[in-house]
Amino acid sequence: MHVGNSVYLGIKELRSLLRDPIMLVLILYAFTYSIYTAATALPETLNRAPIAVVDEDQSPLSARIVGAFYPPFFIPPALIGPKAMDAGLDAGNYTFALHVPPNFQRDLLAGKSPELQLNVDATRMTQAFTGAGYIQAIVTEQIGEFIAGAPVQANGPVGLAVRARFNPELEKSWFGGVMQIVNHVTMLSIVLTGAALIREREHGTVEHLLVMPVTPAQIMLSKVWSMGLVVLVATLVSLVTIVQWLLEVPLKGSLALFALATGLHLFATTSMGIWLATLGRSMPQFGLLLMLVLLPLQMLSGGSTPRESMPDLVQWIMLAAPTTHFVIIAQGILFRGAGWLTLWPQLIALTAIGSVLFVSALVRFRRAIVTMA
Amino acid sequence: MAGLIGPDGVGKSSLLALASGARRLQSGEIKILGTNVARAADRRALWQRVAYMPQGLGKNLYPTLSVYDNVNFFARLFDQSTQEREWRIAALLKATQLAAFRDRPAGKLSGGMKQKLGLCCALIHDPDLLILDEPTTGVDPLSRRQFWDLLDSIRQVRVGLSVVVATAYMEEADRFDWLAAMDAGKVLATGAPDELRALTRTESLEQTFVALLPEAKRRDRQPAEVPTHSAKHDGEVVIEARGLSRRFGDFVAVDAVSFEIRRGEIFGFIGSNGCGKTTTMKILTGLLPASEGTARLFGQPLNARDMQVRSRVGYMSQSFSLYGELSVEQNLSLHARLFNVPSAEIDARVEELIARFDLHAARNQMPPELPLGQRQRLSLAVALIHRPEVLILDEPTSGVDPVARDQFWSHLVELARGSGVTIFISTHFMNEAARCDRLALMHAGRVLTVDHPKAICEARDTDSLEQAFVDHLLEVTDEAEVAGKDEIEAAVTERGAHEERASASSTGQRRWFSGRRLLAYSRREALELVRDPIRMTLALVGTVILMLVMAYGITLDVEDLSFAVLDLDQTGLSRDYRLNLSGSRYFSEHEPVSSYAELDARMQNGELSLVIEIPPGFARDIKHGRPTAVGAWFDGSMPTRGETILGYVQGMHRQWLAIQAAQVSTAPRSPPAAAIEVRYRYNPNVESLVAMVPAVIPLLLMLIPAMLAALSVVREKELGSIINFYVTPVKKIEFVLGKQLPYVVLAMGNFALLTLLAVTLFGVPMKGSLLALSVGALLYVVCATGLGLLISTFMRSQTAALFGTAVLTLLPAVQFSGMIDPVSSLEGAGRWIGLVYPTTHFLAIARGTFSKALGFAELQSAFLALAIAGPVLIALTVALLSKQER
Repeated sequence: MHVGNSVYLGIKELRSLLRDPIMLVLILYAFTYSIYTAATALPETLNRAPIAVVDEDQSPLSARIVGAFYPPFFIPPALIGPKAMDAGLDAGNYTFALHVPPNFQRDLLAGKSPELQLNVDATRMTQAFTGAGYIQAIVTEQIGEFIAGAPVQANGPVGLAVRARFNPELEKSWFGGVMQIVNHVTMLSIVLTGAALIREREHGTVEHLLVMPVTPAQIMLSKVWSMGLVVLVATLVSLVTIVQWLLEVPLKGSLALFALATGLHLFATTSMGIWLATLGRSMPQFGLLLMLVLLPLQMLSGGSTPRESMPDLVQWIMLAAPTTHFVIIAQGILFRGAGWLTLWPQLIALTAIGSVLFVSALVRFRRAIVTMA
Repeated sequence: MAGLIGPDGVGKSSLLALASGARRLQSGEIKILGTNVARAADRRALWQRVAYMPQGLGKNLYPTLSVYDNVNFFARLFDQSTQEREWRIAALLKATQLAAFRDRPAGKLSGGMKQKLGLCCALIHDPDLLILDEPTTGVDPLSRRQFWDLLDSIRQVRVGLSVVVATAYMEEADRFDWLAAMDAGKVLATGAPDELRALTRTESLEQTFVALLPEAKRRDRQPAEVPTHSAKHDGEVVIEARGLSRRFGDFVAVDAVSFEIRRGEIFGFIGSNGCGKTTTMKILTGLLPASEGTARLFGQPLNARDMQVRSRVGYMSQSFSLYGELSVEQNLSLHARLFNVPSAEIDARVEELIARFDLHAARNQMPPELPLGQRQRLSLAVALIHRPEVLILDEPTSGVDPVARDQFWSHLVELARGSGVTIFISTHFMNEAARCDRLALMHAGRVLTVDHPKAICEARDTDSLEQAFVDHLLEVTDEAEVAGKDEIEAAVTERGAHEERASASSTGQRRWFSGRRLLAYSRREALELVRDPIRMTLALVGTVILMLVMAYGITLDVEDLSFAVLDLDQTGLSRDYRLNLSGSRYFSEHEPVSSYAELDARMQNGELSLVIEIPPGFARDIKHGRPTAVGAWFDGSMPTRGETILGYVQGMHRQWLAIQAAQVSTAPRSPPAAAIEVRYRYNPNVESLVAMVPAVIPLLLMLIPAMLAALSVVREKELGSIINFYVTPVKKIEFVLGKQLPYVVLAMGNFALLTLLAVTLFGVPMKGSLLALSVGALLYVVCATGLGLLISTFMRSQTAALFGTAVLTLLPAVQFSGMIDPVSSLEGAGRWIGLVYPTTHFLAIARGTFSKALGFAELQSAFLALAIAGPVLIALTVALLSKQER
């Protein structure tokens, strides 16, 4: 057994990649422009939320309230009649409809404590909750200023000092940029190894390799190290240039530790790519399988929504996915500056998952070759 | 009967494709039956009178469909009535002896039978001109003979039928009335076979062809002389096979094959495609394990893991297996390294082979840029890099012109006689087989005989190896497959009688639109779909999986947030504050934090999302009315979650204060100036599932149907059966609608499944009109499949179609259609895309009917939009679809 063979074959993989302009463009796009747009395009929770006001009071106060809604949080309110309100909500034209009853200002000044009604389309989850809070705050403030001419004290006798750690301004670009890199690491490593193997099978070059003094393990290893290296380098370059310089995200923690974790993750995902390629017999089948596997890997790993909010069963199953651990590690190192003392369980889990995937891919790869004829 | 002769790649197929109207003519003029092919309007008339059978075994057939289904499909394309179809199919199947196999899938027929089936499909509409592109390539000699006999009989009955044939077998060309010899896209000479022979003063047509080649090409040719094998018959046995069998499921690819090959011998394998040559070779190289029997290499039992043996064998597969992305030189040196040639010798060895195989000029080129002959030489050079003792060559000369083939053989002779290399070679050319020292005739997995070529001929008392092979085949072939000439004529005559009776048949009538042609495509597509498990799985199981993933993955409620308390006060009041949080469904409490260092550590590893710090003297300060503040540290690394925590904490704090005020305060508080009553409509508990599930259905009903529809067309482009659309009278609109129909039905099934899942598993109540939702879904899946078909007009490969459809449907459907942010909140291009994209409108219908209890009346604008979008997409597809290959 020559370790050299894996090296030569890996170099061949790299040369092939260099000659494949489409893949190069895809990699470049994935690690530059796509990261940048993903980081900057994430809308703020409340952006141009559509709101309507049914103003049956037509008083200075109601005018004041209407005037308090403006971009970027809200679009200028549509002033509609009471009958148009339900239809507008039904058709989805507005997320919010604020109803100011007749004689609102008069009742207020008379101390009758009148009631405003805020209707929220709760099928629009993203805007509904936060938006309702904003609207209540804005209306309360306007009423308070109208009565007293000064801001109202929000908190009572006991203050609440809230401090966000790790991302004090809650800037979404920090999170979006880094998580997009994590997603691309997974996607590209699976696509690169899987598609390369399928292409070799379709061209009959894998079969050719197997009549040479080369073992399946060497062939797999060559793909794992070469494609893993490409993605690792792209990741680190993108992290430093796009995320750190261009997006000005202050990354904490050790880049070396992150590189190590990425390497372990790539070991697992490249093996998974080979495994999938042995399952699909042609490129379209591989593509379809890819979608079915990649989507759960990305959406349920905790990289898009918090893990703890998922059903317990999903959380358990996803512990077997490398992405779950990689997301924890990436967030830990890059946002919270965690070190290996904190993250060692995830690092071990990644190694274990990677080894299992590599071995089962190898077994399948050997068997697939037999049935290839 | 006219023939085009010449090796592969000289332009025969292109010429025939142009003549049939399958490919677009760039310049010049072709007249078929007096009609100009270049004009689309005239071509229409030709589809009824011309039949075209493309190159490649069963290229325009559908492998998963049965024999009957295939012919029936073609009959429907020509708009024949049920009655007419039945007798025509019956007569054709009888004449071609395929009646016994009418329910067998076309993919499981032998090569000869596939070609006969192809002929049936071509003759279904009684064409006046039959265009056959290499109909007998890769078919065994007996079936080849039968094929020509069948064609002769048919021509005797149908006197007016003209046939144009392309072939690479020069022996066959003698049957034709008129020949055109082609090379490098040009016609070299035309005339009757005898005229051409007389012109060049040659005997065999192969020699005639070579004599017609330009001087420069001819120069290199030296007819390969094979010196007789000097090795004695008791020489060392290098390869030995004993009772070798290989089964794939029920199919026996290799059946008890035995032979032995001695050192320095050139041993040949001859037989049709799929007769087991390649499988036997793969067993001997260790690529495939044998099901039964033993194989020995160099006297040792074959061991696939023995690296020692591998380095003594060279293998060249049918596909040449070179790395297209590496230059000629890099290919050679990589293989040298992999075969452990000592690094000091590599350069010298590479140079030696480049010189020997005359690859100087090409050394820095990539293999795909090279002509076939050079690629073949490079492939041989690669197989020889490590000086193997045995060479296993699988059809190394297929597709290569006669001159290059002769060159190749002189290399082989030099190796065998000069260097004593044992050569095991397979071919389907008789004249190559005749050059081997010994030859094995193979058919249907069995070796019929093994001997010296001359001895094989002598044993059968004939001069021609082909005749000897046919003789052997006749012995082993089932009676049923071999039809006497009389039988064929009887069947054809009967058919002719039928034809007179039904002279006013519907064939030949031209209708602008035919539901039958449309349904022909629908039926076929549906049959194929049922037999392709991967696509079915994706369509049904895939959507369910994706629905589960998305409904849970895009969850927007934040629950069970982990929090802990750093209680520096430790009083009843501080505990009360803590209980206020831990009692809520949003928070789950972890072990209290005891120090700031611990707080840092536990937040850093992500265990805690929120830490509440209650300062010392908290209770005392409140009691004395002194200002105090609770500290809340939360994890902002996931900003959306951070915002939610912030909102929750503030809310809980206010609530706690209110309760405290009610309990503690003695002074009556003034009522608030005004109250705001918030009503969360349609989804009172603001639950993510209720919001997401109705939104996921439109997304999935876009993604999957669009992808399947796009793949269905691009698949035909890639596999070649799209030809049937090019050369038959099917209208574009019939093709598009016919393709769309089964996928609309499938998508509606999907819709039913997803809706059921939403109501049962996810428990999302269906408040509005189910009928309205279903009608909306129907309009929507017409749009989705229409979009997929539109995309398919731009794509050529299945991979491109797959990723292209994903990009073009996923992004607009997820980002711009109001699934997460309402369209009215979007800006710029995204907003405009969102306004016209069908998903936006079906999303409104889905949310309207599921959550808002709406029906047709309230949602009419969305219905209108979808009802317009579908036909527009179909019209665009029809406009952009090409009824010719570009």
